[in-house]
Amino acid sequence: MQTLLEPFSFGFFRHGIIVATLAGALCGLVGVYVVLRGMSYIGHGLSHAIFGGAAASAVINVNFYLGAGLWGLASALLIGRVTRRRIIGSDAAIGVITTTSFALGLVLFGFFGVARKSVDAVLFGSILGVSVADVWIVAAVTTATAAVVFLRYRALLFVTFDPEVADVSGVDVARIDALLMLMLAVSILVTMKVIGVVLIAAMLVIPPVVARMLTSSFFRMLWLSVVIGALCGFVGMYLSYHLDVSSGATIVLVGGILFGTVFAATGPRGLRRAAGLEGHAGVAATGADHLAG
Amino acid sequence: MTALVRLQGVTCAYDRTLVLVDADLDVGEGDFIGVVGPSGSGKTTMLRALLGAVRPQRGRVWRRPGLTVGYVPQIETVNWNFPVTVLETVLMARTAGRRLPWPSQAERREAGAVLARLGLAGLGQRHIRELSGGQQQRVFIARALLQEPQLLLLDEPTAGVDVRTRHEVLHLLADLNAGGLAILLTTHDLNGMAAHLPHVVCLNTEITGAGPPEVVLTPEILERTYGAPMDVIEHGGMRVVLDRPAAAGDNVVRLRQRGTA
Repeated sequence: MQTLLEPFSFGFFRHGIIVATLAGALCGLVGVYVVLRGMSYIGHGLSHAIFGGAAASAVINVNFYLGAGLWGLASALLIGRVTRRRIIGSDAAIGVITTTSFALGLVLFGFFGVARKSVDAVLFGSILGVSVADVWIVAAVTTATAAVVFLRYRALLFVTFDPEVADVSGVDVARIDALLMLMLAVSILVTMKVIGVVLIAAMLVIPPVVARMLTSSFFRMLWLSVVIGALCGFVGMYLSYHLDVSSGATIVLVGGILFGTVFAATGPRGLRRAAGLEGHAGVAATGADHLAG
Repeated sequence: MTALVRLQGVTCAYDRTLVLVDADLDVGEGDFIGVVGPSGSGKTTMLRALLGAVRPQRGRVWRRPGLTVGYVPQIETVNWNFPVTVLETVLMARTAGRRLPWPSQAERREAGAVLARLGLAGLGQRHIRELSGGQQQRVFIARALLQEPQLLLLDEPTAGVDVRTRHEVLHLLADLNAGGLAILLTTHDLNGMAAHLPHVVCLNTEITGAGPPEVVLTPEILERTYGAPMDVIEHGGMRVVLDRPAAAGDNVVRLRQRGTA
């Protein structure tokens, strides 16, 4: 029993597990909209783009959230600009810009002699990098995102399900799209330290997909996804301590195991529900365009 | 007749390609209008112009101040795997200006009344995919009706549905129209839908004819609309449109003759 409770006696672990649980819940919440709108690829791309910003911030000694946040925003604007020229598709634009930003981050880290361990921490998440300030920032972003979802629940649902009719029914679709992109970018930014750049997209996808396999109601999917995300964060961070491996990897692995368990329990019915979550390529461009506009 | 919405010389284009040219149309109280035409003839653009979702390049769209318009999209465009129940779908009509996520008692009561009116009572907690074709179409009509519109616009309400569903939808719309609701719909279905309506507009980028079916469904207007010769016969007091049989020597005729030889 003492071994089981041992990590909670360390301050850094307590901070880490609070942030991981909140990060899981936050990814689960935002991920529902990301998955239902087929925006998984833009979430994946934005996390890679922000890595370049994290590296640049470290090199020029600027606050991580400010530097990486501005970098992520600039990347999204650039994606929108390139896509609007219609020379290449939005998926290709995301691929080029975000991977270039990611590569730039790697070069900057290498050139300025940042230790391999620090790079790994950004890529795969680390409990050691979590400060008290991070706890407060993640808590504030999670609360603010939950408040936005609460106050814009109906509009977010309508725009996600049927943007054309929402538009002609008096809902400001462009504004809701931009709001969603902002929530996505900020969520990626604040959860990056714990989950890591490479694995963050998985946490945006796994909880909603598992929730979808369990229910056909949007409202139930939303809260189930939050609970599943929080559970993955908590259990994953706890295992990360005992296994002495990166927190992002264990959090995502817990999500993967949960997916397998639910899949086995719900059988073809659950899979059929989740199979409907295929992406709609145009939506990624729309989101980027609105952020750019 | 008091006009609800009026198109005056409306021309719309996408990327310099004209899709609707110089369209004049009045939709008044109690009207029941079907817009017919081939694919790409500008039917959906006309609907979008009436909705105010597309800005005309030329001309003017006038709407009666305070007019509420309900819109029913093509059900073929609906994502049937989206996790949403019948009640959640219908309550989307009550989105603009609402803050709380959950519906009020009054909203639930009103949604329940609309569902009951359309024969969907007791199905509120069902997933939208678990319904028959006719019920699915009625869910989206119910969503539009919950907005308490004076005008209902439907984009191809019978596309991809079976004969029974088509009859259900047509009768439902006729009942709603008899109750005073103005309706305008687009359709490909000349015999199953348009011929039953009191007013038909033929469209092929330009309006090629408008009026009652007996005036508009003529070989001349249909050929101008569809770019192919068609015959019209009378059956049971109604107009029935037929594809003109292929001429002798035509490849189709030869194929048929070979098949029966």
